[in-house]
Amino acid sequence: MRRTRLIARLDIKGPNLIKGIRLEGLRVIGSPNEHALRYYNQGADELLYMDIVASLYGRNSLGEIVQNAAQDVFVPMTVGGGIRSVDDATHLLRCGADKVAVNTAAVLNPSLISDIARRFGSQCMVLSIEAKQIAPDRWETYTDNGRERTGLDVIEWVKKGVALGAGEVLLTSVDREGTRKGFDVRLVRAVTQEVSVPVIASGGMGKPEDLVEVVQQGEADAVAMADILHYRRAELCDIRRVAQAAGIEVRSHEPA
Amino acid sequence: MSLPDVAVIDYGIGNLLSVRRGLEHCGATVTVTADPDAILSSSRVVLPGVGAFANGMAELKRRGLDTVVREVATRGTPLLGICLGMQLLLDESEEFGINPGLGLIPGRVVPVPAVTREGNPQKIPHIGWNVLIPAYGRDNWQGTPLQDVGPGQAVYFVHSFMANPADSRHRVADCRYGGLAVSAVIGREHVFGCQFHPEKSGKVGLTILKRFLAC
Repeated sequence: MRRTRLIARLDIKGPNLIKGIRLEGLRVIGSPNEHALRYYNQGADELLYMDIVASLYGRNSLGEIVQNAAQDVFVPMTVGGGIRSVDDATHLLRCGADKVAVNTAAVLNPSLISDIARRFGSQCMVLSIEAKQIAPDRWETYTDNGRERTGLDVIEWVKKGVALGAGEVLLTSVDREGTRKGFDVRLVRAVTQEVSVPVIASGGMGKPEDLVEVVQQGEADAVAMADILHYRRAELCDIRRVAQAAGIEVRSHEPA
Repeated sequence: MSLPDVAVIDYGIGNLLSVRRGLEHCGATVTVTADPDAILSSSRVVLPGVGAFANGMAELKRRGLDTVVREVATRGTPLLGICLGMQLLLDESEEFGINPGLGLIPGRVVPVPAVTREGNPQKIPHIGWNVLIPAYGRDNWQGTPLQDVGPGQAVYFVHSFMANPADSRHRVADCRYGGLAVSAVIGREHVFGCQFHPEKSGKVGLTILKRFLAC
């Protein structure tokens, strides 16, 4: 089995690190860079930056934040929010990002997935999906940070996105996001059974044991966590220990 | 002791910000440059790169930097190739037909096997954290950039092709992918190559860069 990646997710609004519940009711947490450094030093395998209001205002303020992080953070960084074109992706990669995550613009214009994958490789193109449950074992794709319905079935859309060249899927459960109630394991499993690319489970991690469930039952390849780290309800070393005790292989980390 | 000065070769391939910052973090004075004189007067040289082999080689040649890199090696200046930069050190690559490389380490660049040792399909590219193990027949990493890193430490890989040195003595470290050995670090005298990205491999990666600066 491959090593499960532990990813620190940083939702950004303007210059601030923020956190909401179900992607709403945003609270300012603090400086993105201070938190990025803390998670890097704790041994996060990757960082994930999402500009969560970029789609709404049609802009992206992340370049500068990523460029700052790249000064001191030496693990891969994925950046998303408001990416509309290959040029937007190019800009963020130049700022030090390793991958870009695209949601709204990919729904509006699916060929953007192929364009980014052809230009930079599939490993660079992360399809970000915001999923809301609409019936038992049925989920609808949302855009604009969980505000806009698309009518697209999540499973159909993820299959199409991967066929177009997405090399990874960031799967956020809008229902669970920020609730600390654990991941939507059925959603994650439904997606991992359909696609061969890595799937990052996001939304709902309230305690380290939630990770064990979504990896073992949902077969997530990576787990994104925000609230649990921002509010220091667990440190990455605790989470890593719980994962290892459950037989999940994670990267060993020697503190500096 | 003065800070080591490092030339990072800029031949229009990929983002060099993280490589520069990684080296600076390790105490180097870094010049990102395509100028032959600046490269030849540096005490260390890094050849980075991502993308396709033939394109990388063409971009080096277009700037006359293929002969400069060979001259760096001839002079015995420590040279580190990263990712595509490592693959370019070999004689040739099978990516999109046979294309010649710099020929500093004998061998060929071949595809990462798309099936595991058991014959099951496996994902290509090989992406993610994987652990370093000594190459077959090696009992230590003395005198290489891995000297301060123990076997079993994980580093970050993103690649579809891999170096296959003709002489097993030039294999320093491997990783296992689908039960098969994938060359992770190669070396011949002062010329080294890392398939993984030390600048994206956390503290282990920085330890490797730091050791290269002292090689």
